[in-house]
Amino acid sequence: MTGETGAAGESRGALTELREIQRFSPVRRLRVYLLEARFQFLEVLREPAFAIPTLAFPLLFYLFFGVMMGTGGVPIYLLATYSAFGVLGPSLFGFGIGLASERDTGVLLLKQTTPMPAGAYLFAKVVLAAIFGSVVVLCLFLMAGYLAGAELHRWQWFALAGVLLGGVIPYCALGLAIGAWTKGRAAVAVVNLVFLPMAMLSGLWLPIYMFPDFMQSLALAFPAYHHAQLALKVIGMDAGQPIVLHAGVLAAETLILVAVAAFGFRRADEFTLRWTR
Amino acid sequence: MTLDQTLASLSGVTHRYGAVVALNGLDLNVRRGEILGVLGPNGAGKTTAIKLLLGSLQRQEGEASVFGRAPGAEEVRMRRGAMLQESGISANLTVREHIELFRAYYPAPLSASRLLAMAGLEDLAGRRFGKLSGGQKQRTMFALALAGNPELLFLDEPTAGLDIDARHRLWAEIRSLRESGRTTVLTTHNLDEADALADRVMVIHRGRAIAEGSPARIKARTAGRLVRGVTCIQQDEIAGLPGVIEARTRGRHLEVLTTRAEDLVRELLARDESLSDLSVVAAGLEDAFLALTREGTEDAQ
Repeated sequence: MTGETGAAGESRGALTELREIQRFSPVRRLRVYLLEARFQFLEVLREPAFAIPTLAFPLLFYLFFGVMMGTGGVPIYLLATYSAFGVLGPSLFGFGIGLASERDTGVLLLKQTTPMPAGAYLFAKVVLAAIFGSVVVLCLFLMAGYLAGAELHRWQWFALAGVLLGGVIPYCALGLAIGAWTKGRAAVAVVNLVFLPMAMLSGLWLPIYMFPDFMQSLALAFPAYHHAQLALKVIGMDAGQPIVLHAGVLAAETLILVAVAAFGFRRADEFTLRWTR
Repeated sequence: MTLDQTLASLSGVTHRYGAVVALNGLDLNVRRGEILGVLGPNGAGKTTAIKLLLGSLQRQEGEASVFGRAPGAEEVRMRRGAMLQESGISANLTVREHIELFRAYYPAPLSASRLLAMAGLEDLAGRRFGKLSGGQKQRTMFALALAGNPELLFLDEPTAGLDIDARHRLWAEIRSLRESGRTTVLTTHNLDEADALADRVMVIHRGRAIAEGSPARIKARTAGRLVRGVTCIQQDEIAGLPGVIEARTRGRHLEVLTTRAEDLVRELLARDESLSDLSVVAAGLEDAFLALTREGTEDAQ
């Protein structure tokens, strides 16, 4: 906050000696991080409005377009892009709407008055997105392997899973930026405005090569495009751009979004995240 | 250590939200061991003052300090607890889970069973927060405020929206804080509540402190009387007379709150010979408070 020691009132009466405070040990700090993650997870798990759509949409889409209608390379191609879509959902919804609504209800303000490290709160949100993302990816892998008969090398399965889950980081940064700048219902609107159009325009639903050229160029702006291309590279079905381009854009966009979020928190008078801890 | 040691203070604090001045040069001191009642109508600046002492708002003008430190310092947060207005913690977690989480934030928390007992929540520990009544929710927030075994507690309108039973129950719990040596700052717009709980009351109106003292002294500061009678005189005719604070109609009765009861009675009798059922009583607490805030407004002008 201000970082200054206010020498208010009569200095004679002011309490200058601080009682010896037991500081957080690293073990205790870790415990706060884990408990915060556990309870935020429980909270969302008990909320069908979050859990069901974020899990069900990618699975149903894949079942229909990948398993039932897919032939040749289609089930494998769509495995990569629908998984990216499956990782995008919980990151955007959990971080964007979760953060915005917790700012709205005042629970974040209340937690800010406690010694809770801001990092524990953010960590919990990332873990939440990663867990839900993993569940979607695992389900899609099982459907691809057993229902659609997709065949990949063992290293490809693992590399694909790794690349897909790595998407949690840029997507959470996007959610963080939205949550920092919007409140309550506005966040829901903005997340939906970003979620579906970006998924569509990045080629997560329909293969990007089916789009006209100008739309393929437009897609270069979206993190989801670069994430999906990295996943497609693992199975040799990407558009042929270099890894460096995709990774570089994702890293740069993540940094920009975190900066945008930090600026948003600073602007919102009622809450400043303490980035130092 | 002296008894009137200052634990927290605001000094010359002015705070604006855009063009709206919420606090206007407010001075406030919290002394060790007391329950300080910060009393004022809605919009007086009470919550802004609390938020500044919690470090939840950026200080604009003046000084704010808690335990001699900046209000947002980590050491301060470890020794302080707060109950804020309308903080909707997750409806999907149980009382016990919320308590367990908040306990984890503090280095030396009270035990969960102790917290449940202090807030009278033993039978509700397994219930989800969303399924609790208003009073039970407030008691849960109270337990969370106490989780870190704080020396200093801020309770912002703790009984707002509660029925009388739930309010009295929370009052009893707040009173017990003083016995455990804690210091409490309580905001309320209810003079009864300040009277029932506080050792010292500070009345805030339009961002300024307009009165301070024991609850009895605050009440005594207004020598207001309520004059009541059945009359054909309209309230508007009376409102402009000297000493009249408020005139209102209650059923068949005209009620006038005034600081000059004798003059008013003379005037009423002169204007309406049919005046009946006349009574003059000491103003109730709410009326005393109204008089006090009116007086503060006039001082400021």
